[in-house]
Amino acid sequence: MAIITYDPLPDTLAAYQGAIEENARSYGLDFFPTIFELVDADQLNAIAAYGGFPTRYPHWRFGMEYERLSKGYHYGLQKIYELVINNDPCYAYLMSSNSLTDQKLVMAHVYGHCDFFKNNAWFSHTNRKMMDDMANHGNRIRRYMERFGQEEVEEFIDCCLSIEDLIDIHAPFIRRRREEVGKDRFPQADAEDPLPPPGKFRAKDYMDRYINPPAALAAETERLRQKREQQEHFPSEPMTDVMLFVLEHAPLKPWQLDVLTILRDEAYYFAPQGQTKIMNEGWASYWHSTIMTQRQLLPEEVIHYCDHHAGTMATSSTRLNPYKLGIELFRDIEDRWNKGRFGKEYEECDDLTARAKWDTGAGRGREKIFEVRRIHNDLTFIDTFLTLEFCRQHKLFKFGYNGRADVYEIETREFPQVKEQLLFNLTNAGRPRIRVVDGNHKNRGEMVLEHAYHGVELKADYARDTLANLFKLWKRPVHIVTVLENVPTTLSFDGSEHTSKSQQAAADIKRK
Amino acid sequence: MSMKIERDQRRFREIVRGKIRENLRKYITRDEMIGRKGKDLVSIPVPYLDVPHFRFGRNGNGGVGSGEGDVGTPVGQGGDAEGGQGQAGSDPGAHVLEVEISLDELAAIMAEELELPRIEPKGAANIQQQKSRYTSIRRTGPESLRHFRRTYMQALRRQISSNSYIPERPRVVPIQDDRRYRSWQTTIEPEAKAVAIYMMDVSGSMTDEQKEIVRTEAFWIDTWLSSQYDGIEVQYIIHDAAAKVVDEHTFYHTRESGGTRISSAYRACIQLIDAKYSPSDWNIYCFQFSDGDNWGEDNEQSITLLRDRLLPAANQFCYGQVESPYGSGEYLKALETAFGHKHEKLVLSDIENKAGIYESIKLFLGKGK
Repeated sequence: MAIITYDPLPDTLAAYQGAIEENARSYGLDFFPTIFELVDADQLNAIAAYGGFPTRYPHWRFGMEYERLSKGYHYGLQKIYELVINNDPCYAYLMSSNSLTDQKLVMAHVYGHCDFFKNNAWFSHTNRKMMDDMANHGNRIRRYMERFGQEEVEEFIDCCLSIEDLIDIHAPFIRRRREEVGKDRFPQADAEDPLPPPGKFRAKDYMDRYINPPAALAAETERLRQKREQQEHFPSEPMTDVMLFVLEHAPLKPWQLDVLTILRDEAYYFAPQGQTKIMNEGWASYWHSTIMTQRQLLPEEVIHYCDHHAGTMATSSTRLNPYKLGIELFRDIEDRWNKGRFGKEYEECDDLTARAKWDTGAGRGREKIFEVRRIHNDLTFIDTFLTLEFCRQHKLFKFGYNGRADVYEIETREFPQVKEQLLFNLTNAGRPRIRVVDGNHKNRGEMVLEHAYHGVELKADYARDTLANLFKLWKRPVHIVTVLENVPTTLSFDGSEHTSKSQQAAADIKRK
Repeated sequence: MSMKIERDQRRFREIVRGKIRENLRKYITRDEMIGRKGKDLVSIPVPYLDVPHFRFGRNGNGGVGSGEGDVGTPVGQGGDAEGGQGQAGSDPGAHVLEVEISLDELAAIMAEELELPRIEPKGAANIQQQKSRYTSIRRTGPESLRHFRRTYMQALRRQISSNSYIPERPRVVPIQDDRRYRSWQTTIEPEAKAVAIYMMDVSGSMTDEQKEIVRTEAFWIDTWLSSQYDGIEVQYIIHDAAAKVVDEHTFYHTRESGGTRISSAYRACIQLIDAKYSPSDWNIYCFQFSDGDNWGEDNEQSITLLRDRLLPAANQFCYGQVESPYGSGEYLKALETAFGHKHEKLVLSDIENKAGIYESIKLFLGKGK
């Protein structure tokens, strides 16, 4: 039930919307119907605080976000230009105080996003009726708050939010296992009944030891035993979707299950936006720039437009601007495929001057970037298209933390390291990879998580707080196997105190 | 479109208030707040209320940036450059959020937390007097209150904007619309009168750190008392071997040296009370801070002055003794011997260090007199 009513845009803006939509279509962009809404700064800040959904469930962190946004706006530190929701139809918000040039820029930008939402593969499984569902979620949670108390529901939401990033972002595309819902929580602990003897072939006595050789029988018995052991392990394979694991196995009340389901749905809905930030913003910027400079810009608007475009593209030394990186990469790809700078022959060419002048007139640039926007996410995008030349041209460097001086400093400008670092930051959205490896540790229903350690340690205080929140959901002791200060360590929380065991204890768990 | 954001914002603020309450000790012992006094609002940084997640620690928190610079060039402070992720904005990181709180609100939070009782005033208490003040301008009013200058200014403004003003023949004729009248506002002036007299020992034995403690404590006491009395008067006395009445700035910023005669401060205080603050009409609060290193023969004189003159006059007399590496701290003992632990009006407090400020405030203001 979308209870939001929208006023139609004023005539001038509606006319521009028509024209820009036509422009966008003529370039081959393909999008859901797009509804623009004109709102004032306070409304826009509020909507942005809600992640774009004005009817979202109540939670203090939205209030905090709003406070931050509106302070930033009132002190003139920041201003949201555009906000667009992945939904069918797409909803986009325009700020009423923006100048006409800005509105045109934003509209063109929004059509880029809408095209991306509709066509990028990583968005293909997102819920396109999220506007309605979010309102629905909001109502359900509000109802629970009325019945069970705001404090209680809010505290539960806080706990769930602690694990909201522990989802399996590839799950929508892969079927990992059969649904386990409804299965016994703890498989029969008393399953001590002897293994059925491995199947023997029928044979006459004197032939038996040839047809059923004892060695083969023994091997078969062993295989069955191992298989059974694996089945008994719970979960049978490590699970990346910790939220799902908790949902299926934690002793939660019905309303809690519903809240957790809601938060998990929302986490999956938002995940692709985190996975494609660079591409999505790059693509939208590419198109606002193209549409504005080729079709829409009036002579008197040029300076204003340039000023704002440049503001959007500004870079800082410690944070790569996704708008800038994205648009430049798309342009680079377009240029390379226009000039035929790809394929074996080009890759193997060592002659720098030849490379610099390389132009086969292939002219496939536009076609290529449309393909790229369809199939890639940020990780594969950078992996496939970030070249040495690009890295040099844009003066990219890798920086790291220098503990002695307490500063971040430039570590290297070597291309492989820079790219590796960038890919690392993008892998799993820059978050540690954590899986459930055991849901019945020591046969006491304790949960063991495992952090896939690749040289970067967890923030220990955060990890402890997260465990404490996870405990509130799981209601049995929880552990995480990780590495702290170069020593394999298990952090545990049993409901009253935090413990940290290094090496030896961790080895025990692994052996099990 | 109905916005529920206010509700969430309120909820967030409530949580922040709780957070401030938890960390009150920290805020109280921080002295930069004094520098900000004067504005009604103080900014209190609260840690970005973060929902804990598993995330990477700082040790491997590198990233990719772009721009000039050689290998080894610093690009950001340890505290602020967060992760340098490719995903600007997707991760809130460790922002520090500043929440603005009025001093009164802070005093209220402090009172709740320290369980400070509200003060019951004496004297011509509870009588509130209404006073009219001519503070604003209106477009209508009786002719007797017409504001000539404003009226003519308005006329001039109108003539210039309607292009009927000729500089060569300046003639300004007001019409009805131009007329402006004085207007009054009724203000309520409380009659409950209170004065706080701060006495600080600035002798050589008081180190900067100790003065800092005194200043911080005085600041908070001041904040609390101001929230209890509208228009409380404050007097400052500094003393070494001799005392003088000074203004607020001097009190908070003076460095002196020399010997210590506490009786000199008492005399100055008594003079003040005699001259301006009759104990029958005024609520008098005295706060004295020292390292307790008084001249030996002065103790007796001081205690006599205190017993005979100051204690009868004051609602409460607070003595805070800051521990000093040099001083003997004997004055506190002398007071204890002379008056015992449980004197009705005398409150003694031993402030060990900055962390002791909190307890000391509680002790001083906890009586509600």
